[in-house]
Order: sequence, then C-alpha cells, then structure tokens
Amino acid sequence: MDDLKQTILEYVKHEYLDDEDEDLGYGTPLISGGIVDSFSMVSLKRFLENRYKISIPDAEASPEAFDTVDSIAALVVRFKQA
Amino acid sequence: MVYSDKVRGHYRQELDGLREAGLFKQERYIRSPQAAEIEVEFPAGAEGRMVINFCANNYLGLSSHHEVIEAARTGLVARGYGLSSVRFICGTQDIHRELEQKLTAFLGTEDTLLFPSCMDANAGVFEAVLNEQDVMIADRLVHASIVDGMRLCKAQQDTYKHANLEHLEEKLQLHQDKRHRLIITDGVFSMDGDLAPLDGICDLADKYDAMVFVDDSHASGFIGKTGRGTHEHCGVVGRIDIITTTLGKALGGASGGCVSGRAELVEMCRQRARPYLFSNTVAPVIVAGALQVMDLVTRNTERRDKLEANTAFWRAGLKEAGFDLKEGESPIVPVMLYNARLAQEFSRDLYDEGIYAIGFFFPVVAKGAARIRTQLSAAHDRRHLEAGLEAFRKVGQKHGILGMGKKEITERFGL
Repeated sequence: MDDLKQTILEYVKHEYLDDEDEDLGYGTPLISGGIVDSFSMVSLKRFLENRYKISIPDAEASPEAFDTVDSIAALVVRFKQA
Repeated sequence: MVYSDKVRGHYRQELDGLREAGLFKQERYIRSPQAAEIEVEFPAGAEGRMVINFCANNYLGLSSHHEVIEAARTGLVARGYGLSSVRFICGTQDIHRELEQKLTAFLGTEDTLLFPSCMDANAGVFEAVLNEQDVMIADRLVHASIVDGMRLCKAQQDTYKHANLEHLEEKLQLHQDKRHRLIITDGVFSMDGDLAPLDGICDLADKYDAMVFVDDSHASGFIGKTGRGTHEHCGVVGRIDIITTTLGKALGGASGGCVSGRAELVEMCRQRARPYLFSNTVAPVIVAGALQVMDLVTRNTERRDKLEANTAFWRAGLKEAGFDLKEGESPIVPVMLYNARLAQEFSRDLYDEGIYAIGFFFPVVAKGAARIRTQLSAAHDRRHLEAGLEAFRKVGQKHGILGMGKKEITERFGL
C-alpha cells in the first residue's frame, strides 16, 4: 500500500507542482486545496488506469475520491480487486 | 405545481451557500457609456457617483469612440437592426464578409469566421476540427470558455503546467500515437496578465507535428508592435493554426468573436461548429462598428502606444508605492494581496476613494492568490492614473501592506 501511495504521490508532485520539492503528504487535500483542478484531474485518472490496468468510471472519479493520495490509493485498490 | 416549495427551498439554500462562501456576485449598475470615468450606482438604489474605471477590457478606449458610434449609426440605418436568421440561411450580409476579410488581414491568417462571441467560438471550434483519434493539450490556466469547448469535444484531453515548455514537450511525446495533436493556450492570460511563450510553443509544435491554438482575446488590437496580438509580439505570425479572439474587448467592446486561421480549419467551423450553425448572426450594427474599429487600429499605432505608456507608468507607480505586482508586459496588472478577505476590503476601500477595481479570489484564481486586477486603457489620461495611484497608496497604507511581499502579507492576514 505504501508503495502504491508513494508512486501516486510522486506522479502528483511531478504533474501538478511547479516546485516539486514542495511539501506534500498522503493526506494533503489536492482538489479542495486548489493543487489539482477538475480540468487537470483527467491526466491523473489516465495515469492510474494505464499504470494499474484498471478502468475507473467517470462517476467514480469524483473530486472527493481524488482529493488525497490516501483516497486515490483506496480507489485504486478497490478497482484492482474488482 | 412543479416549482414546489421544496424545489424553491433547494435553490434558496444553494444561493445562501454561495453568499456564505463569499462567492455571491452582484452587478453594479453603470449609468454612463463605457469610459475612463463612469457613473456607477452601487449598491442598487444608491445615488450614482463618478469613479475612475480600472477594470474594463476597454484597452484601446474604443468602446465609446465617436467614429465607431457614428459608423454603427450609419450601419444601423443602411443594413437594419437585425437579420432574424443564422448566418447560413439569410444572415450573411456583405459587411459580415468584409469584416471577416479585414480580420484575416489584421491577424495575418488565411480565413476568418465570425461567431456571436469568442465564448461561442471556443465552444464550437474543437468539436468542429477534432475527434476521438486526436488529443488536445491545454495550458492549465486557459480561459473557462476553452475548458467548456474542450469538454464538448471527443478528442482526448490533457493539460500542461502553466507556460511550462518542458512539461508540454513531455505531453507531446506521450501523445505521438494520436492522429492530430492540438496545443491550446491563451495569448495573454486574463488573471495574471502574462504572455504565453508562443515562439517556444511553435518550435515544439514543429518538432512534434502538432497544431497550435491561441485565444488572443486579451491581446488583439494592442499586443505586438502594430497590435496584431501575441503572435506578433513573439514573432510567430503565420505559424498559429487557429486564433480565436473577441470584438468585445479592445476591438470596440460590443460583442462578437471569431475563429481565424488555416483556411480548411475555418471552413470546418463554417460547416460544423454548432454555436455558428445554431445561433443568430452578429447584428449589422455591431459589424458596422467593428469595421470602423478595424480602420482605426490599422490607421496608426497611436492608441496601443498610449496604452503601453500608461501601463509602464502605472506599473512603475504601484511598484514605487511598495505593492507586490505580478510581472508582465500586458495592460493587465494584478496587485497581489493573497488573502481573499483583504482583497474584498481593499476593493471596497478603493471604491470609497473613487476607484473602481475588483478583487479576485478562489475559485477564480488559485487559493492564496487573491488580488486586485487592474486593467489599463488608452482612454486613461495621466490625471486618471495619478488619482488611481494616490488612492492605492492611501488604501495600502490603511491596511499596512506597503513594502510587503507574499510572506509578510500572508503572515499577517493568513491565506
């Protein structure tokens, strides 16, 4: 699980932060915190789908489900099991 | 009854939520033509008062220019008030085509198609030229109308970090398997006032076989040595495949927009863009006024030169007073306050001093990036700018922020 979270965290830092050294944790609010907007969320969803060979329906890709690395990791685990 | 108390209650609650979150927008009634000084009734019902306007998109001061008004009046009489038709049935007059040709020559493109607004142009253009085999790669700070237009298009969406060419290159590499790649950016970004690095973007487009789209609404008429736009400023005239722009800002300020660019792409819009096909033609009076605007902006560069000088004077004055500004070259000059409440209070205090400038905060700009966005105009004279600077100094002093940067302001007021 920690590996999964670390991979997602690294992607989020590279993809969304101008300064990749900025402090960002597993629980940092990404969407409600204004780091990722819903327009840019598309690339994150695609990354997860390609990397983990899953398909996340649009209805499940809500701003709440994508708001923290913790919640994203939980979503990935759920779809990997499905 | 369909509109039951329950339904009404739901919407009232939604609206109350907006009020509580400080996101409720209220119009201010203006009783005069658009100009450097306007008569404003605010709050509703209050006595009208004259204020200096620093928040209009009237960059060239043409919104109430006597030659434009006279041309519009003449056009109204000669071509009528309305056409009661979409363009392709019986809504295209000779003057519509004439304006499209003038815009084509001005922008240095191959063809142009008028839309009721640039919002409509952006809503229709992507769907008309791309499909699911293609990809759209947009700067993350593009205008909301572009985001909406992209959502209406079946092509894959992707984004790159604002003005970041390295990140854009990564995305272009990632999408080499797609049929067409379209890089999408604003020319001048409306909230920060900075310019897209179009020269670098065009080089990447050449390298990775991509097309380039630029919304130049906050640039057409005044950015670049002869006011052609951001592509002129960056030395890439003829290398932009699609330009959308508006007649609703510098170019007369009434309404109307266009898609301009490669002949085939413009023709695809004429055949397929839904906001063009299914909404009314631009009214003759607007077209007649805009033709005169095109004459004014090609006659000489006097107005854009004055705007450039006004912008330089304004920036220097605010800096000298100790304000924290977003760097840039456009007449959009954001005064950074970072804290949303401070931005609202600052705007209200400026109004009390006779200066009309609006505070912007999340979600319009990123959290912790609240600001007063000031916009310069060729209609401003030196006395307007001096009065504006005096008011800014006074209000800045009141809030104790002069000489402070982001760190000091956020330590004192929070984010």
